[in-house]
Amino acid sequence: MTEAATTSPTASAPEAIPMSIVGHLIAVVLLLAFPFVATDFFTFQIGAYTLIMGTISLSLMLLAGYGGMVSLAQMSVAGLAGYMIAIFGTSAGGVALGWPWFLAIPAAVIIGTLLNVVVGLLAIRTEGIFTIVITLAIATALYYFAQQNYDIFNGHSGFSGVAPAHVLWVDWRAPKPFYFLSLAVAALSYAGVLYLSRTPFGLAMQAVRDNPRRMEAIGFNVPAHRIAAYAVAGLIASVAGVLLVWFDGGISPGSISVDRAIKVLIIAVVGGMRHPAGPFLGAILFVLLQNFAIDFVNPERFNTYIGLAFLLVVLVSPDGLLGLIRRLGAAPASGKSLP
Amino acid sequence: MILARRTTLALLLASSALLGYGTAMAADDTIKIGGLATLEGPFTVLGEDGMRGVELAIQQHKGMAGGKKIELVKGSSDASPDSAVKAVRKLVENDGLTLIIGPLSGDEGLAVKDYAKTQPKVTFVNGTSAAQDTTLRDPAPNFFRFTTDGAQWMAGLGTYAFNDKHYKKVATVAEDYSFPYTQVFGFMAEYCKAGGHVVSKSWVPIGNKDYSSVIAAIPADVDAVYVALGGADGVNFLSQYQQAGGTAPLIGGSITADQTVLGSKGATKKAVVGMPSAGPIADAWDNPKWKQFVADYKAAFPKGFPSPSLFAHGYYVSTIALLTALDQVNGDVSDGGAKLRDALAKLELDTPTGKVKLDANRNAVADIFLTEVSEGADGNLYNKVIKVVPQVNQTLGQDPAEFLKLGKVGRDNPACP
Repeated sequence: MTEAATTSPTASAPEAIPMSIVGHLIAVVLLLAFPFVATDFFTFQIGAYTLIMGTISLSLMLLAGYGGMVSLAQMSVAGLAGYMIAIFGTSAGGVALGWPWFLAIPAAVIIGTLLNVVVGLLAIRTEGIFTIVITLAIATALYYFAQQNYDIFNGHSGFSGVAPAHVLWVDWRAPKPFYFLSLAVAALSYAGVLYLSRTPFGLAMQAVRDNPRRMEAIGFNVPAHRIAAYAVAGLIASVAGVLLVWFDGGISPGSISVDRAIKVLIIAVVGGMRHPAGPFLGAILFVLLQNFAIDFVNPERFNTYIGLAFLLVVLVSPDGLLGLIRRLGAAPASGKSLP
Repeated sequence: MILARRTTLALLLASSALLGYGTAMAADDTIKIGGLATLEGPFTVLGEDGMRGVELAIQQHKGMAGGKKIELVKGSSDASPDSAVKAVRKLVENDGLTLIIGPLSGDEGLAVKDYAKTQPKVTFVNGTSAAQDTTLRDPAPNFFRFTTDGAQWMAGLGTYAFNDKHYKKVATVAEDYSFPYTQVFGFMAEYCKAGGHVVSKSWVPIGNKDYSSVIAAIPADVDAVYVALGGADGVNFLSQYQQAGGTAPLIGGSITADQTVLGSKGATKKAVVGMPSAGPIADAWDNPKWKQFVADYKAAFPKGFPSPSLFAHGYYVSTIALLTALDQVNGDVSDGGAKLRDALAKLELDTPTGKVKLDANRNAVADIFLTEVSEGADGNLYNKVIKVVPQVNQTLGQDPAEFLKLGKVGRDNPACP
């Protein structure tokens, strides 16, 4: 993912192939080779989890980076899709309808996407900090609802024993298959967002971010564009949510708490919100710190150090790790436009 | 140039991925033990006290077991099941540990038990998680619980409330998650059998501030109110119940009558005097071994609690159990821990709170303390020990088949209106 940082063709480079393609190729090779050199633990808990969290943050980056709408409800969307997998599919705890995977997955993704459309319908009436507040309110409400609803969400305990079906004789929960599944979802989402940002819709979205009144005046349907962006972000977050429930093997209200919603925002901010590669960079740092900070510092205070590390990144580089790498790596080719 | 930098970064990432191999190898003369507690989230304070229990046990064993040096590797969760599994998975799969102590909270225990089944060569010793089904139904062969469960902690209370206190009808107020369900279950298992009736049950979210609707729902003619609320929740309920004019006497869960409640003043103080409760420890127990434990705890952790919490005690007992078993097998875990697990299963332990042994499901059979809040000579409240219920097993002395028929612990089970 790191190599995807620069996507604008570097004019100063003499090669016939643009740097962005070289960068992406290196990233693809590294990501494909990763599970073959890493331990199962690194493949599953670091690699796959990074890709899943990166994808959820990517959905926030799409809204915030291209649409100027910071939504804290993305984790709730992912969580709802995860809950639906547990409810429609096979799980222990509460109701489990036992649908086959080819019905349960689309149903979960559709419900997650619809939730984000509803969030969008409410949130687009607001701007800036009010969007954050209203989406935070939705995330909090859903958390408490899941916590106290026993008929559908099974309350505090939630669901356990959720695993992907064995399709094509492959155990998709095993480290390597699960990693590649996550990689496929992450890569598709990444490519999709990158592609979308250059389509007329994506460009209009960015124009709406910069000046909604003007776009309204020249005849663009601003609310429709924003809701469409919420729908796409909902789709991405929902698919990642399906992976997340498989990763955890279950889901409980803790998985969609406000705390987790803010972590998604932190990942996006620390990684950088100006390019789809940012959330994945942020996720690498986040997951590594979350797993290993406790080994290097006082276990009672390790969260303080995680916080300080994030603070340091944002202080040094306001546009996150992405900006840092861009500045370090592309210093000669400065002044290049953003995607 | 750009490419070179990128390649370096990529190599760095790749090499960090290989780190996992290196740490998995431990020196032959040390044994690493993973300690998992809630060092973050709502139960941080309790998790830290649990860790103190682990450290005290290792300290008392002089840092050695079976002739090998003991090294503690800490893991942290935030009381949610997925965070506990992530932390344990890191300790087991990345750090290469085969001995784990933890977790602290009920739902975490259920999740870690499920994970334990996928790691048959790793030995798990419970911290203080007290959900019943961690060991009662579908247990994992490599998961051991030397601390009793939340229902066992209630042993003697139901009978005492009915026979000695003559409460015929009670209402319950408890937090809405698996541990309080288990506590209410344990209380009712005895109380209903003795002939009592539980006419209403209220479940409140953790951290609830406003209890007016809950208090309004308590029938006026109950003889007592059973309260299983922890920390600030307990204090909030008790003071609001007094303000609302509630006069019914109280019965407490294992973590209700803690130092925050005992430190209360005014009307609340009067109301809690005489409140019976039960649990795995009793602060004021007049017993040399217990007093020694409290003194050791205070000496080792001047900044800890005034008296060890049941979390420090639970983790302490679990760690002592593991270290004793390691002594018995001379620190030999080269066979995937099979011998160690045999030793653990047969272990009979002398703890600060009496004798502990395991049943067939590897769940503890231990003494439980029936206490009552009393006013001391100095005017301060303390938990007076009424009696020690000896060797309580997981089925609370009932026939196992009959006990299992009571069904799974839940909001609506059991019922005796």
